[in-house]
Amino acid sequence: MVGEGILKGLAETARNFFGSYVSKDRLTTVQYPEQREPQIEATRDFPFLVYDGADWKQGMRCVACQICEKECPPKCIYIDKSKDKKPDAFGKPQFYPATFNIDISVCMSCQICVEVCPFDAIKMDVDYHLSSENRFGGLLLNKQRLSKSNEYYNAIHPTEAAAIDAQRAEEQAKLDAKAKAAADAKAAAEPKAAAEAALARKVPAQPSAGDPQ
Amino acid sequence: MTPTALFMPQLDQIFVTASHWLLSYLPAALQPLASAILSVAAIIVAFATLFALTTLLERKGLGRMQNRYGPNRVGPCGLFQPLADGVKSLTKEDIVPIRADRAVHFMAPILLVTACFMGYAVLPIGRNMVMVDMNAGVLFFFAVGSSMELAVFMAGWSSRSKYSLLGAMRAIAQMISYEVPLVLASVVVLMQAGSLSTVAIVNMQAVYSGIWPHWFVFTPWGFAGFVLFMIAATAESNRSPFDLPEGESEIIAGYYTEYSGFKFALFFLGEYIGMFATSGLAITLFLGGWSAPFSFLTWVPSYLWFFAKLLTIIAIFIWIRGTLPRLRMDQLMNLAWQFMLPMTIFNVLTAGVWHYMPGGLLRWLVCSTMVVAPCILFGSGLKQKKKFQVRTYHFSQ
Repeated sequence: MVGEGILKGLAETARNFFGSYVSKDRLTTVQYPEQREPQIEATRDFPFLVYDGADWKQGMRCVACQICEKECPPKCIYIDKSKDKKPDAFGKPQFYPATFNIDISVCMSCQICVEVCPFDAIKMDVDYHLSSENRFGGLLLNKQRLSKSNEYYNAIHPTEAAAIDAQRAEEQAKLDAKAKAAADAKAAAEPKAAAEAALARKVPAQPSAGDPQ
Repeated sequence: MTPTALFMPQLDQIFVTASHWLLSYLPAALQPLASAILSVAAIIVAFATLFALTTLLERKGLGRMQNRYGPNRVGPCGLFQPLADGVKSLTKEDIVPIRADRAVHFMAPILLVTACFMGYAVLPIGRNMVMVDMNAGVLFFFAVGSSMELAVFMAGWSSRSKYSLLGAMRAIAQMISYEVPLVLASVVVLMQAGSLSTVAIVNMQAVYSGIWPHWFVFTPWGFAGFVLFMIAATAESNRSPFDLPEGESEIIAGYYTEYSGFKFALFFLGEYIGMFATSGLAITLFLGGWSAPFSFLTWVPSYLWFFAKLLTIIAIFIWIRGTLPRLRMDQLMNLAWQFMLPMTIFNVLTAGVWHYMPGGLLRWLVCSTMVVAPCILFGSGLKQKKKFQVRTYHFSQ
């Protein structure tokens, strides 16, 4: 019979129409500003800089080695290396970025900067609320806007951040052990050194004592 | 008499009396002109509002058919969405192609909207609520309706774009093909009513046997005529599944590819106004115009019945749009010439048989058979299986 398929189709759309008012499960739309889907852990959009501790200037991990700047395919990273050095999180004097800009309107979210960073200083962010009234300045992120704490990093990528924290703690422990060993050695060497020093003082004392003579 | 029965006739005629009251303040020489302006303004306001409402209802309805919410952000339940759309289309840049024929390009949307609105002059929206009671009303309606084709071709030609021209050609081929069954489907009513006046046709249907009205749709030929008329009306107003003139996948937006901003909105408006007009004519011809569906409901104001019927037909249009995919050009033409045309012609014959047979069960039986049999016959002709062959290419291999 002609039109049978049409009637079947009409029944199907009618079922959808009324069904969508009856069962909420049919509506898969997420009403965005009010409702949000949970993000998967591997979500990424644009890079940010990690800092340890409370002060973003003090705790910044970046040492301005400029590897990311060189590797960046679309060249969206701009770094000025500092003239002086500041102690980093491990207490070692390091250079720091005087300027660190990322133009996220150019960034293609490839994560190569993250892959190449030897200091775990640059990581991928998940914040996608980036609309701006100024399409040039508003999307050019400076050092301050890029800096986010290690706690934030732990919150957005827990597994990855925990692994990095463990690695850094190990490194820190190694350094501590080394420092302790050095201190111990120093402490052990102290009496000897003192004795030697005394001896040294004594030894040259003789000629010195004798010199004027 | 109950208070309702006393009060309702006044409410039914409220627009008519208000119009008379307003006109009584004018000198007699100005009255015909003022009356015309008043009616035109009322029609434009009423149907433009209905257009705004329909765009919203359509988007919400289609959304629900696809298990979505549809627009629900602007105002409560998205009620102000048409307003936002209007502001948007008014503030958008109006681009005219550099090689376009500027005058014709400008005139096409205006002509389209004008032609679409002209049809309302003969539609009885309520009891005593018709702008012009022409004795050739239906003829007038079809005459102004066909000037829509001219506007469409003007738009397609003046844009100087291949997509526009192809879209216009498709649109005209389609509109002319379906104009024939559209007119032939309404001929049965004219035969039965013996008049071309829309007011006379409605008055003829607004009588009751028991509680049942004498609508033409409740006869075999009337029902067939109504269905055929609505199919042809869908094609005439370029709506899904007959929306080939604006097939996005192949010709962008058809004849209004090169239109933007408010001119595009005018095309959009014209399309919907045309759809309401043909639906209004279908209501007038087959569904008893402004008359109530049961004799005990005649106290409800007549214009409410008209708009209730119109909204029902719009809902069906939306339902169809949410269900059917677009036809292919050859399917479209086959449907028009192999199914619609023979069916409408046969239906004219059925109406004649109905007229000359004595009333009773036999007449119903004979006429129903005369509707169903050709439907199956011509329908099976449409369903003929095509032999598909492997396509061979002569030059590219």
